Amino acid sequence: MIELAAIVVDSLVYASWLFIVSIGLTLIFGVMNVLNVAHGSLYALGAYTAAWAVGMYVSGAPDAGFELLAIMLVAAVVVGVVVGLLIERGVLRWVYGRDEIVIVLATYAVFLVLEDVMKLIFGPESYIAFQPRFLFGTVSVAGIPYVGYDLLLVPVVALIGLGIWAAIHRTRPGKLLIAVIHDREIAAALGINVTRFFTVTFLCGAFLGALGGALSAPLISVVPGIGVELIVLAFAVVVIGGLGSVEGAAVGALLVGLGRTAAVFFRPELELFVVFVVMTVVLAVRPEGLFGKPKARRI
Amino acid sequence: MPEVLLETRGLGKRFGAVVAAEDVNVSVTAGEIVGVIGANGAGKTTFCNMVTGYLTPDLGQILFRGKDITGCTVGQATEAGIHRSFQIPQLFPGLTVYENLLLAVGVFGHRRPPWWQPLVRPEVENEATAIMERYRIAESATTRVDRLPQGVRKLLDIAMAMVGQPAMILLDEPTSGISTKEKFDVMGNVIDALRKSAATVLFVEHDMEVVGRYADRVIAFREGRVLADGTPGVVLEDPAVIEHVVGRRPGRAPDA
Amino acid sequence: MTLLRRVRLTTAGIAVATAALLALWPLLPAWAAHTVGVSLGGGLVVLGLLILIRFGLVSFGQGLFFAIGGYAAALANQFLGITDMLVLSVAGIASAGAVAWALGYIVRGHRGIFFAMLNLAFSMILFGILAKTVVLGSTDGFSVGVPTLLGFAPDPEAGRLTFMLFGYIVVFTAVVAWWVDRILASPIGYAGQGVRENELRLRYLGVSARGAVHIAYIAAAKLAALGGVFTVLLIGHVTPEDTAYWTKSGEFVFVAILGGSGNVAAPFIAQTVFELVRTFALQYAPDAWQMLLGITLLLVILFLPGGLWSLADRLRGRDA
Repeated sequence: MIELAAIVVDSLVYASWLFIVSIGLTLIFGVMNVLNVAHGSLYALGAYTAAWAVGMYVSGAPDAGFELLAIMLVAAVVVGVVVGLLIERGVLRWVYGRDEIVIVLATYAVFLVLEDVMKLIFGPESYIAFQPRFLFGTVSVAGIPYVGYDLLLVPVVALIGLGIWAAIHRTRPGKLLIAVIHDREIAAALGINVTRFFTVTFLCGAFLGALGGALSAPLISVVPGIGVELIVLAFAVVVIGGLGSVEGAAVGALLVGLGRTAAVFFRPELELFVVFVVMTVVLAVRPEGLFGKPKARRI
Repeated sequence: MPEVLLETRGLGKRFGAVVAAEDVNVSVTAGEIVGVIGANGAGKTTFCNMVTGYLTPDLGQILFRGKDITGCTVGQATEAGIHRSFQIPQLFPGLTVYENLLLAVGVFGHRRPPWWQPLVRPEVENEATAIMERYRIAESATTRVDRLPQGVRKLLDIAMAMVGQPAMILLDEPTSGISTKEKFDVMGNVIDALRKSAATVLFVEHDMEVVGRYADRVIAFREGRVLADGTPGVVLEDPAVIEHVVGRRPGRAPDA
Repeated sequence: MTLLRRVRLTTAGIAVATAALLALWPLLPAWAAHTVGVSLGGGLVVLGLLILIRFGLVSFGQGLFFAIGGYAAALANQFLGITDMLVLSVAGIASAGAVAWALGYIVRGHRGIFFAMLNLAFSMILFGILAKTVVLGSTDGFSVGVPTLLGFAPDPEAGRLTFMLFGYIVVFTAVVAWWVDRILASPIGYAGQGVRENELRLRYLGVSARGAVHIAYIAAAKLAALGGVFTVLLIGHVTPEDTAYWTKSGEFVFVAILGGSGNVAAPFIAQTVFELVRTFALQYAPDAWQMLLGITLLLVILFLPGGLWSLADRLRGRDA
């Protein structure tokens, strides 16, 4: 029984983490049809910057409190806006309209460049920013002690997800965005500034990627290569749910979270295997994902 | 007695609540040139899609030369000898007109080489050139298809469909997107070329003048059903057809 | 230039290059001969990608078959004691062919990013299995002994890279490249262009697009596996990280884009450039290697969409 409770709680925590690190990827794809490999770099940059900033602050103020969370948030905003703008205005706008695979390759190129940029800025050593993780103490669930920060991820991420959903479906800019998603040309003809929507969407997605990284910084040791591992995992999550679907990403995160946690409990060696088997099965049976819609063709 | 080439029995197809075909019974005799008319959404393209295996009917049967071909694939229908052209021409846009035909002749036609041999060989090249001449598109031979005017695209689309000399060809709106001035040129070209290869033709058309001039027989569709079927003189003067298909009430001038 | 003439020119080019490499052997320093061998091995994987690109498809998981080839050879060597390079090559090709045949039933209906992602997922599954299975060497992988050919064993003093292995790789690669060039000019190669340009029209020409993709997928897999076998024989070691992980697949895609899909020689030229630059970059600027790759990839995408090969075309003046 305790084992079951532990699996459920661990899955939820892990799924929340997966959702926050993948949501930006699916958002950008949904609006722009860009499968952004550089999302992994945004995650890593967010994690590095947050860990570095927290480390700097703590070294000056050893008993720092909740302001650390604000520092992490600022780090994510800075990375998201600066790097997001560089990628979208500097690279992507030159390849809009080309084949979607070419766009994937362009973001892969950005990913390669950023990998080395991070090595040059942050060096090979690992950054650890554990302090924010212990701001909320520990909480006992079904007799198992959990770190408060981990458990808090669940409602916080749920709120972020709901916020994104509401922003798309319940606000005026969101409705215009749906028009852009539906048909770029008609949206442009209606006087919607499609270019600006693209830039803003990309910045939001980039910020979410960096935020995922910043929120992860207290949980992991930030070392070179975390972006490489993250991006394939995020691919699995968004592909399972359906590329471009916010609800899908949530379901994908839950499925992957449950699968991976169960594997960790029962057969740890199957951890990675399980994730990609689920991804393969979904792709094979329903390539548009659980929540995606297949495109119809008129002849 | 001429052979019945295509016969459909009680074809039915629905997309959700939309009835795209209901109890469609059509029979086409070898050598006929049949015009198919109907308002948008009347089920003309659905009919073409079902006959060529692109869509499987929910109900009914399709017989071709007496053989049941219901539910066969596009490839099987093509092999059986039913080809088609498209409302929006379906070509290889990155290749030239000549390369389009080389590809078509080389992978399909009677002159296709064995799969491990180079495709480009004199007999394939000659056939491709001959087709270009037959459809009078030879002067565009080296133009990439995505830079062609619509009229040439339409012709090439039909020429591609005629590779392999089908027993029957369905032309889905062969003159749509072509200026009124060019329409008769294009259609005249096509019908000439088709008559030479003795194919049975079924063409979907909105321009009643074109239908009247080229069809031996006209079938009118309305809301997925056959509304009228007969000679052009009879069908085009049928009051129900005039009201629902031609788009003007009997005895009144056409509005704009 | 007609296609037939292009095929004949390529055949002549392959023959000249093969003869030149074999004749140069005594003059080549060990590192250069090694680079040539490794480039031919990697070039075969990229040649497989070139076939897929002609079909309008890009696989982000070609490392899967590269790994299957490498591991098939390593396992046959380790557990069955087979040392003959010809048998090891056949083992690699056959294993990959069988796997690709089975997986082909799934991937042949997928296009665009779904094809790329599905292959990525396959390769990551294999990576997960290899890295966690002790019998398969886990993350450390295996070592492979010095190979023999038709009963001839090389001089034990001569080291791993002998003229026997070098010549074997050069000749085998040449024959394969010649065959691929021929097939690309055949109806099935043209069907590939049809899949890329407009599948619907191809279907209405009586060709099964899915069937054609399936065949191309198996061919690409066999080429990747052969490349894997050659690489393992040259390097003497195989690990999951260097074969099945997605970054390796990404590297192959990079080389494919760098070379372009204009000619069967392009993958080998691009792979050689890649190996040479990597050798020097890792020595002088190890932290800027990926940056160099990324910038090059961007430049190729933006300014040279046909890859290095189109540069040659441009210099010659198109269709001259």
